[in-house]
Amino acid sequence: MKLSDAPQSASTEASSNLLSGAEIVCHAMKAEGVEFVFGYPGGAVLVIYDEIHKQNNFKHVLVRHEQAAVHAADAYARATGRPGVALVTSGPGVTNAVTGIATAFMDSIPMVIITGQVPTYAIGQDAFQECDTVGITRPCVKHNFLVKDVGELAETIKKAFFIATTGRPGPVVVDIPKDVSMAKAPFHYPATVEMRSYRPTNKGHSGQIKKAMQMLLSADRPMIYVGGGAILGNASAEVTALVRMLGYPCTNTLMGLGAYPSTDKQFVGMLGMHGTVEANMAMQNCDVLIAIGARFDDRVIGNPTHFNAGNPTRKIIHIDIDPSSISKRVKVDVPIVGNIKDVLDDLISQLQNAEQKPGNIAAWWKQIEEWRAKDCLKFKQSDSIIKPQYVVQKLWEVTKGDAYVTSDVGQHQMWAAQYYGFDKPRRWINSGGLGTMGVGLPYAMGCKFAFPDADVACITGEGSIQMNIQELSTCKQYGLPIKVILLNNRYLGMVRQWQEFFHGNRHAESYMEALPDFVKLAEAYGHVGMKVEKPGDVEGALRDAFAMKDRLVFLDFQTDQTENVFPMVPGGKGISEMILAEDL
Amino acid sequence: MRHILSLLLENEAGALSRVAGLFSARGYNIESLTVAPTEDATLSRMTIVTTGSDDVIEQITKQVNKLVDVVKIVDLNEGKHVERELMLVKLRAVGKDRDELKRTADIFRARVIDLTEKTYVIELTGTGDKLDAFLEAIDRALVLETVRTGACGLGRGEWIVKAS
Ligand SMILES: Cc1ncc(C[n+]2csc(CCOP(=O)(O)OP(=O)(O)O)c2C)c(N)n1
Repeated sequence: MKLSDAPQSASTEASSNLLSGAEIVCHAMKAEGVEFVFGYPGGAVLVIYDEIHKQNNFKHVLVRHEQAAVHAADAYARATGRPGVALVTSGPGVTNAVTGIATAFMDSIPMVIITGQVPTYAIGQDAFQECDTVGITRPCVKHNFLVKDVGELAETIKKAFFIATTGRPGPVVVDIPKDVSMAKAPFHYPATVEMRSYRPTNKGHSGQIKKAMQMLLSADRPMIYVGGGAILGNASAEVTALVRMLGYPCTNTLMGLGAYPSTDKQFVGMLGMHGTVEANMAMQNCDVLIAIGARFDDRVIGNPTHFNAGNPTRKIIHIDIDPSSISKRVKVDVPIVGNIKDVLDDLISQLQNAEQKPGNIAAWWKQIEEWRAKDCLKFKQSDSIIKPQYVVQKLWEVTKGDAYVTSDVGQHQMWAAQYYGFDKPRRWINSGGLGTMGVGLPYAMGCKFAFPDADVACITGEGSIQMNIQELSTCKQYGLPIKVILLNNRYLGMVRQWQEFFHGNRHAESYMEALPDFVKLAEAYGHVGMKVEKPGDVEGALRDAFAMKDRLVFLDFQTDQTENVFPMVPGGKGISEMILAEDL
Repeated sequence: MRHILSLLLENEAGALSRVAGLFSARGYNIESLTVAPTEDATLSRMTIVTTGSDDVIEQITKQVNKLVDVVKIVDLNEGKHVERELMLVKLRAVGKDRDELKRTADIFRARVIDLTEKTYVIELTGTGDKLDAFLEAIDRALVLETVRTGACGLGRGEWIVKAS
């Protein structure tokens, strides 16, 4: 028994209540229920990595490039609805992550990105691996923080998750200088946070909802237009109930695919630049349009002047959580700001209680069926050369329409959207807003981590896949049996298509010579590679690949080099001004 | 049309650049921007003078409101308001110009706040138009330097812009 026992134990107790910034980060992740942190280490985050090494509350996934860390975390968020988390070091770690952050921002994906920063005393000194992270990311985040005091770290992380996941979701960056990761503070993780400057509206105005209901019920040519907001807001069930209840036609945007089941009769296909004739014509010619979590963007309604001038009496109802999305490109008649699920719940119950029933719109359906009869997605099958559309159709059959499908950006993305019938939300994972080539493989990784037992297919092009091909190594390390569906046309196909239409068919830098042997490349990374050259082999190859439950299979489909995506609305035109395959 | 927007924002590092960055990123005009802390040290008050059609101003207001650090934004043009701007002008003041400049300053209720044998610094407050008028009233050749704060404004009477 030593005299000093008592005071010593008191002081150890006091200091054991203190956690380092790095420990606080790990504890905060635990408190948020984070399952995976996708990241890449470096000097400014070494202390955080040291703590990660000591804990097992969440799993860290080591990618091969920070861009992929952010994309994978982003896909995890898209597939699960829970926030994705990425961790990168200062300087180049951050700049590599920016493409991923901007991609998530454009599609309103809830994410928290932890970035290391040089120590506070070195900030502004052009220190090694210093960059102004808050400045560089400001225009492409929902919000960002630089934490200068370890005492504020826990609350800041709480705020970051709160901001990322509420209102219109988005990525939030938390920049943590190295000395803040090392400094100690008492740990208290708040259960909730209140911010006087941030209070998103959830409940829609019931008077506006009533107006919307009356407008919908008196429509002769109604149209329901559903965007990614319905998926982000987990409102698919409500959308489906509303559409069925009204008996009206429904279209989904590229980001909204799966919000309403695409195999349903009331679904008229995707709309927009590569939308169906029936969707675009109905959109242009309807008398009452209800937009649900969609934002009338240029790829969807084309030229807004044409959209309005072609149908000046069309009445528009717009439901969105973000007031700034309303009347931004197209003036609307009944704006409803609120959480889509809540607003639709109100709308549905008002409709149930209404005496008036939806009018007879048989004439409108007849018109729509005429447009539908054009069968604008039909393509000429060939028995000598693989049509890319055919591969996607077969993929749908082989996976029974139930896979998580990611894509990159280009023609293959549009074919995936057009020919894989998405019946469920959160199954179609792609970069709609920023249009980032290179997302496909890391997106597939994020999905596979989230749903290890599900089929995950990455539909890609030989241009896009090479933008993050190094992730095949990550897939090997974690044993991710993704199926890569490469629609290999030896061209930057979408670029070639535009060159054919708008640049005198001059193929400026859109042909890629010296492509790698993808089969050998896949094998070099420890995966299975298959090259498929004949239409007759497509289905068998897909079945073989999906039968290999525990292997990543890279399928290199040699597809028709001349195939184009139809219908197509040329940039700047109205959406009813489509070019169809049969026109050529 | 010219609008005067008044904002309350968290007095946080970087809040100003979030607002300024939004204007440049979305191509909105800034004619002037002033910002300073308020009687509540956690809040800054910013006044932005901008121009745009009604649709553009509506978008600006919505976009600014979306910034997490912005507590409140009001368009002062939506009601009766007062606005003022401060200008300091350094003038070459020798010989007969000295008296002449002093007289003009008096007419505009401007004050000489610094003088040397050869110069005056004149302080003038008012609407932007009044400041412009003063500069037009004096001989341009005598103007050595001017600095203006940009407008700040408040709603009249009981119209109060508060954090909550
Ligand atoms: C990072 C990035 N750079 C450039 C582009 C422009 N771009 C859009 S589609 C495309 C071609 C994509 O080619 P590929 O991946 O082979 O797909 P394909 O169109 O042939 O199906 C390009 C270069 C882009 N979207 N993203």
